[in-house]
Amino acid sequence: MAFVNMKTKEVQAKIVFYGPGRGGKTTNLEYIYKKFRERIPTEMVSIKTHGDRTLFFDFLPFDIGKIMGYDVKVQLYTVPGQVKYDATRKLVLKGVDGVVFVADSQVEQRKKNVLSLKNLQENLATYKKSIFKVPLVLQYNKRDLTDMPLLPVEVMEKDLNSQLKVPSFEASAVTGQNVVPTLKKIISATMASLQNVLK
Amino acid sequence: MGSEYDDSATFSEYTLGPEQLDSIERVLQNDLIDSGVHSVMLIDMAGNIIAQNDNGQCDHDLYSLAALASANFAAVDTMAKIVGEEEFSLLFHKGESENIHFSKVNPEFLLITIFGKDVTLGLLRLKVAEAIKKINEVW
Ligand SMILES: Nc1nc2c(ncn2[C@@H]2O[C@H](COP(=O)(O)OP(=O)(O)O)[C@@H](O)[C@H]2O)c(=O)[nH]1
Ligand SMILES: [Mg+2]
Repeated sequence: MAFVNMKTKEVQAKIVFYGPGRGGKTTNLEYIYKKFRERIPTEMVSIKTHGDRTLFFDFLPFDIGKIMGYDVKVQLYTVPGQVKYDATRKLVLKGVDGVVFVADSQVEQRKKNVLSLKNLQENLATYKKSIFKVPLVLQYNKRDLTDMPLLPVEVMEKDLNSQLKVPSFEASAVTGQNVVPTLKKIISATMASLQNVLK
Repeated sequence: MGSEYDDSATFSEYTLGPEQLDSIERVLQNDLIDSGVHSVMLIDMAGNIIAQNDNGQCDHDLYSLAALASANFAAVDTMAKIVGEEEFSLLFHKGESENIHFSKVNPEFLLITIFGKDVTLGLLRLKVAEAIKKINEVW
């Protein structure tokens, strides 16, 4: 849940990048960090293994300026995607206000995407949140790959978005294609869900 | 699905007005900073900062600290459950010159204090307990 400080007119909201391991969640945050370096006064926090895999989360506080008279700070988190880290993944979702689901476009990752989305639904449910209600954006990542067979977007839409019907983007976290539009979309959806409290 | 979900909770399950925040900030100042604590934060379990105060000589990255503190607390709390404990009551990390102490205020909030050699752990725990009592009286 976001925290709205009526005294300092500040909003803090938590946005989590979810998805299968190696899908590109950390790379999304790294791109955002590079791109908006001047707006992010602190270092990106990454709790990772020696093998550079996310162990607990990455964290990036991002000051997006004034919305409806409030100074809005979004806290961007990634979860560890590997199946064995479900306990820590669940902890990161605590108090989440918006989710970006980063799916891997490679054909061989098709099943992992579906399982991870199902895992998101289950873990949200432990916090009494419905995947159908939480602000959510899908990102079909790694569209830049040319030497690997990729899933057609229509197939990914059918696999992941036929019931959810949320905004989706074809993206490449490595080149930065559609990374910022994904972020803008989830921020605006999250802020819209907070609208009734930001009078 | 239906009733097991609680989507109104997408927004905070708690609301704090300016007067309540003022009262909390006064407690942080009078009970903790004035007792020699270097820096103190009231955060929620999602890692948001509710209120903060320090002695003017700290330059910590508070948002990162809050994110890590809430995650650390949640991880330790989960470990407690796994070994069959309700909770581990003392969470304290001792450093060369700075120490950090975590205390649960209620199911939603944590109090994080950073203090040096000039405050003993015993005194700190006493002061934190008093502060928590007062904070819980605010709402
Ligand atoms: N070609 C390509 N590789 C990517 C893209 N996004 C991430 N990767 C690579 O995929 C691997 C896993 O990325 P990472 O961000 O660590 O995945 P995470 O486990 O979801 O955090 C890394 O080697 C990245 O360089 C992308 O858009 N295109
Ligand atoms: Mg990662």
